[in-house]
Amino acid sequence: MPAFDPTLAEIRFGCGLSPNIAPAQSVAAMLATLQGPDLAAARHPIEPFDTFRARIVRYNEQGRLRRDSRGTAAEKTALKAMRVMNKQARQAQMTWLGQSLARCVTTQAPFRERLSAFWADHFTAQGKAALMRRAVSPYVEEAIRPHLSGRFEDLLIAAVTHPVMVSYLDQRGSVGPNSPRGKKSGGGLNENLAREIMELHTLGVGGPYTQGDVRALAELLTGLTFNPQVGRVFRKDSAEPGPETVLGKDYGGDPARLTDIESALRDLARHPATARHLARKLAVHFVADMPDPALVQVIETALRDSGSDLSAGYAAMLAHPAAWNAAPGNVKRPFEFMASALRALAMPPESFVPLKEKRFREYIQYPLHLMGHSWERPVGPDGLSEDDSAWITPQGLAARLQWALSVPQILGGTLPDPREFLITALAGRATPAVQFAAQAAESRADGVGLILASPAFQRS
Amino acid sequence: MTLSRRAFLTRSALIGCSLAASPLVTPVTFAAAPGDNRLVVIILRGAMDGLAMAQPWGDPAWKALRGAALPDADGGPLDLDGRFALHPSMAGLMPLWQAKELSVVHAVSTPYRDKRSHFDGQDLLEAGVADLASGARRDGWLNRMLQHYPGIGTQTAWAIGSDPLAVLRGAAPVARWAPEADLALSPQAIRLAELVMQDDPAFAAAMSEAFRIADGDGDALESALSPQEMGEMMGADMAAARGPGEARLAAFVAQQLRADARIAAFSITGWDTHARQDAPLGRALGRLSSAILTLRDELGPQAWQRTAVVAMTEFGRTVRFNGTGGTDHGTGGAMLMAGGALRGGRVVTDWPGLDEAALNDRRDLMPTRDLRAHVGWLMRGLFGLEAGVLEREVFPGVELGGDPRLLL
Repeated sequence: MPAFDPTLAEIRFGCGLSPNIAPAQSVAAMLATLQGPDLAAARHPIEPFDTFRARIVRYNEQGRLRRDSRGTAAEKTALKAMRVMNKQARQAQMTWLGQSLARCVTTQAPFRERLSAFWADHFTAQGKAALMRRAVSPYVEEAIRPHLSGRFEDLLIAAVTHPVMVSYLDQRGSVGPNSPRGKKSGGGLNENLAREIMELHTLGVGGPYTQGDVRALAELLTGLTFNPQVGRVFRKDSAEPGPETVLGKDYGGDPARLTDIESALRDLARHPATARHLARKLAVHFVADMPDPALVQVIETALRDSGSDLSAGYAAMLAHPAAWNAAPGNVKRPFEFMASALRALAMPPESFVPLKEKRFREYIQYPLHLMGHSWERPVGPDGLSEDDSAWITPQGLAARLQWALSVPQILGGTLPDPREFLITALAGRATPAVQFAAQAAESRADGVGLILASPAFQRS
Repeated sequence: MTLSRRAFLTRSALIGCSLAASPLVTPVTFAAAPGDNRLVVIILRGAMDGLAMAQPWGDPAWKALRGAALPDADGGPLDLDGRFALHPSMAGLMPLWQAKELSVVHAVSTPYRDKRSHFDGQDLLEAGVADLASGARRDGWLNRMLQHYPGIGTQTAWAIGSDPLAVLRGAAPVARWAPEADLALSPQAIRLAELVMQDDPAFAAAMSEAFRIADGDGDALESALSPQEMGEMMGADMAAARGPGEARLAAFVAQQLRADARIAAFSITGWDTHARQDAPLGRALGRLSSAILTLRDELGPQAWQRTAVVAMTEFGRTVRFNGTGGTDHGTGGAMLMAGGALRGGRVVTDWPGLDEAALNDRRDLMPTRDLRAHVGWLMRGLFGLEAGVLEREVFPGVELGGDPRLLL
């Protein structure tokens, strides 16, 4: 029966093999890396949303100045200031993409990076207006990353009540029809956030909820909004009066409170259907598109019996033999592919993080986009596809091949000897075809690129 | 270690990988031979000013609202039917109008109202639903239509360009290619890449398809570029993708439509004209014209006769100019249709008028019909879809209403 293997752990549950970072030697050691201080985040910092918020406040001030000074020179000054702030946020967004890659390249706790990306995708969100559009990494840094290995309910509450999610799923405009504000303005309910909480974030699309539950949760959520000056806020005057019945249980009443919303979210997080949904999603993401049902079952049981303790779920997954099947597994998604390539090359972060924006987009952001991942521009709240077939398309594979053959050399100067790189990047996975290509290639760049483009490297 | 290539091929044939996972290696049975009619959908991102494209100069309120030039004056718009005139930047399309291969559908919109956000407006336009209050759909209307397209194959529908094109998202197979995803490799690297991919059938199938497309898209697959030169090429391709690359996209679309493709979509940006809109809008309209003319030229007369092109946008723009000579987000707008399959040369509209009282919120053109109804009729005519399927599944909740007889 297959069991824990340090090399496979790096490839399947980490950011790939590195020539100078030793893999964890046991499941316990892997799980322990989630508990210590977040060294990767400290070394490659990303602005948390609370800091980013100050940018929005300054931007809105200039917007007010601009409106109040129509037709004067002050209007032009304000407009110019807004443009500068927009550009700075746009550049910062690229820097943070660089930092996210850098974390994968240098980290000794690679499972943490994978979980961070997994949960950021599970809670896909993007601000809708002006600077908020650039706040995805700050949102992940603040709402997702601190809660990767604790209780799912804490992660759920942090993510779905976050200003970026509130903006993305239209909660900002949702007003209780019978609330003071609803009566005055005639505003109404928007069910978007409530529906996605049940369908995507907790119970799953086949879960045991009805349209009535969605509406009740939407009514309970009224009042939850945000204000750039303070962040998340609860506006009592928008909250629908009276208790709401969600999945047969009453929440809230008068006065409406944010804690009532949190209670409902905690119950949803601990619901058995949520354990099933999350278990399957973890197994599909890390192991296989069609995972062994026994693997899903052990994760589900662990999550359910622990009151949604995520670490218990991860431990169950990593203890199961189906997680360690040595045959190449899922196709890496574009970010994982690029990050693991840079890690295998031990590419110094200084060679890509500080690139000028135009170059950074050419070598990193635009290739990711051609591979099918438009960074921080989600097509929908259900995030990236888990299906291998969504990524191994003619265009996606062409982009991966072209990137692998050209960008490492542009960024890195001297590349490793392909014959040595075979071992570094693939360990025991190098097939005769890849070995042949590595030594038959006309240049180091071609040899290294072909190894990176090989199915053995592109699958986890 | 040396092994012959034949040895690899034999070996890889023995590897039992999950073929079913890849649509490219899943055999497709044709229930029926695909029809000959073709549909091209162009999404105009940013909200095109339909009133500037097809100017309602016959409306008594128009001149006061926009102070626009009169038709056929020097640099003025080009008269279409005595009521509407085409923006001068689209002069290249006048021969199509005269040949009855061009139509304007005016005073239409999606059901989106009041908020005027690009983000939501485009979501709604591509999802093809009536509202987003209950959450966006996960699929696009063009993909839902494909699920009823008889005899669909892996090359029937194409999403062209690097835009994700949510309108084509969904369960039906869609081929995808961005002409700017250009491959330029040495002959040796091409051979070795093919060899390496043989280890995994899904990769091998995608790679050979990529090489086939890249070799036929106008510039050679084989080259002798250094990594630095490849980097420069990627930069140039990125710039080309941002800039006016419509003719390149359209030529690629036409190439596919001449072969097995019957449905294609791509997008054109540059319509969000909030300030001094004359120049940027003229450029964007010129790019739309050039895309349509390229499609016609590259399709050739036979295929063009069986083609309908429809260009649509998330919403229209304000009737009046704002303080900076531009227009802000509005409601009602226009669609442009072209193709030899059209019963063209018409401005199809239930015109609401531009009097203050006739406007939506006293600022926007009032939409008098859901644009989904027109597109529904178009697909009914081209592909024989039943009205019930269109009203329930492709465009849930739309009322098709009377037949606008858009096609010959």
